Amino acid sequence: MINLFINTVSKQRQYLLSIVAVSLVSVICYALQGYIGYKFVAFILLVTVSLLAMSFDILPVFFAALLSALIWDFFFIPPHFTLHVTSGEDAILLLMYFVIAMVNAVLTYKIRQVEKLSRLKEEKAHAVKLYNTLLNSLSHELRTPIAAIIGATDNLLINDLRLTTHHKNELHGVISKAAFRLNQQVENLLNMSRLESGFIKPKKDWCDINEVVYSVVKRLEDNNIRQSLNININHAIPLVKSDKGMLEQIIYNLVNNASQYTDTGCTISITALCDNNVLNLIIADDGKGFPIDEISKVFEKFYRVNHTKTGGTGLGLSIVKGFTEALNGKVSLENISTGGALFTVQIPAETSYLKA
Amino acid sequence: MSNKAEILVIDDEAPIRKLLEITLQSNEYIVKQSATAKEGFVAATNHPPDMIILDLGLPDLDGHIVLQKFREWYTKPIIILSVQSGEEDIVKALDNGANDYLIKPFRTGELLARIRSCLRTKINEDNEPVILCNDLHFDLVSRIVKKKNEQVKLTATEYALLVLLVKNEGKMLTHHYLLREVWGPGYINQSQYLRVFIARLRKKIETDANRPEYILTESGIGYRFVCPEPHGKEG
Repeated sequence: MINLFINTVSKQRQYLLSIVAVSLVSVICYALQGYIGYKFVAFILLVTVSLLAMSFDILPVFFAALLSALIWDFFFIPPHFTLHVTSGEDAILLLMYFVIAMVNAVLTYKIRQVEKLSRLKEEKAHAVKLYNTLLNSLSHELRTPIAAIIGATDNLLINDLRLTTHHKNELHGVISKAAFRLNQQVENLLNMSRLESGFIKPKKDWCDINEVVYSVVKRLEDNNIRQSLNININHAIPLVKSDKGMLEQIIYNLVNNASQYTDTGCTISITALCDNNVLNLIIADDGKGFPIDEISKVFEKFYRVNHTKTGGTGLGLSIVKGFTEALNGKVSLENISTGGALFTVQIPAETSYLKA
Repeated sequence: MSNKAEILVIDDEAPIRKLLEITLQSNEYIVKQSATAKEGFVAATNHPPDMIILDLGLPDLDGHIVLQKFREWYTKPIIILSVQSGEEDIVKALDNGANDYLIKPFRTGELLARIRSCLRTKINEDNEPVILCNDLHFDLVSRIVKKKNEQVKLTATEYALLVLLVKNEGKMLTHHYLLREVWGPGYINQSQYLRVFIARLRKKIETDANRPEYILTESGIGYRFVCPEPHGKEG
């Protein structure tokens, strides 16, 4: 409220508005001179200056204070139309008027400064919090697999003779899995920094959507996805001109996200269709869906839904958003009434008349 | 059959060299190592290996230049092993004469498969009139392709594309290369033709066109024909 105009009104306009406000109030008071005494006018002018002080910079307010003091002296304090003050009381009143107006201006200005400072502090605290969240999730996401690798290799190196073949195989599996997880996190971070730097430029070429979707499906199956996948691609889908790598990453992150937060045995469906030069990718699951009040935040960087258990840097969905927007598209999320989450990605793209 | 082929590994990272040494030796290759481009040049000139595995990020010279210098005289296979995953780097390396390109981190099985296919004498150099690959049968003289002993009907363009891929079995062929060879130099930017014809070929020769086993996609680069080991014995 206090800084209602300060950011929107330029300095020059503040001076102009000060003159207009003070003059207008003075004219009204002058017209009402028969009904109100000149001391009362002082209060009205003081209120005017105070109101100006609430939203304007210190210098325009000083200017308004000075102007109103002169006007009051010239037009209202007897003798009229001269700056001359006859009674000692009037002289003190004029001085007091000026001092109060100034104090007013300075105090409101100070309050505003303090507010600004605390806002800056808040922003900084927010940035620090974001940074800490990143560090926490990153150190968790990077250290867990590293710990697994070190632990497993230590075991293999030190305990070699005591380990059964079965245990050794399991340890090798642990190392391999952890390394893949690390690699994926690095991939995410690289993508994010590419997006952040604004360096990312889609390389559009003709894409066979069947090929795009199934290459993602293969990747997911190679990672032993626990849910069943239901793939539904319109068989008349044309070739689409877009960035294949980005499309793959968008689908992969959405399905991977669904797979991380739904139970074994759930179904994740991938639907692709093309309508009026818009490619629609719909990824839906039959899990629990998202808490309603968090739906708007899930695409934010490093955001993680409250009370989610393990894994995740909170980057996957923000990369989806970043890539989709880089392709001039949009992504949305809704809960399905029967349970589960539904992501819709819409990307405008040229289509080819050639049919595969 | 013992491999006994000699492979020169040029990589500045000791752990990667160690890993490659173990992987290759246990598969009966003879391994030589160099940590810099300079060492690599010396080693290769003194005793030319059967294959070079080259890292692009060497400390003393840009890998693309190292590759160009090798290609001035070295004609045997060069496989690039690099953390650079950008399509530009890959296409550039292939254009500069690399036989294959693997991105680090890489799978050991994948690396061994690529090495085998690079070392194998190219099918077309043998001038064999018939090429066999699991349930596929290519008769290059009568221009007949059979899958499970049934003739696959192919148009002239489909046949030309398929044979080009098959003759370069295991090799990554770029979009530009395929378009130029099959359709002509005026078509190198008409990638939609390639997409459509690859999709058609897959429908005709793959068991499941969506899960191809023979014609593999190298995202953003091109395609590769592989002849996978048959599953079980019934192949």
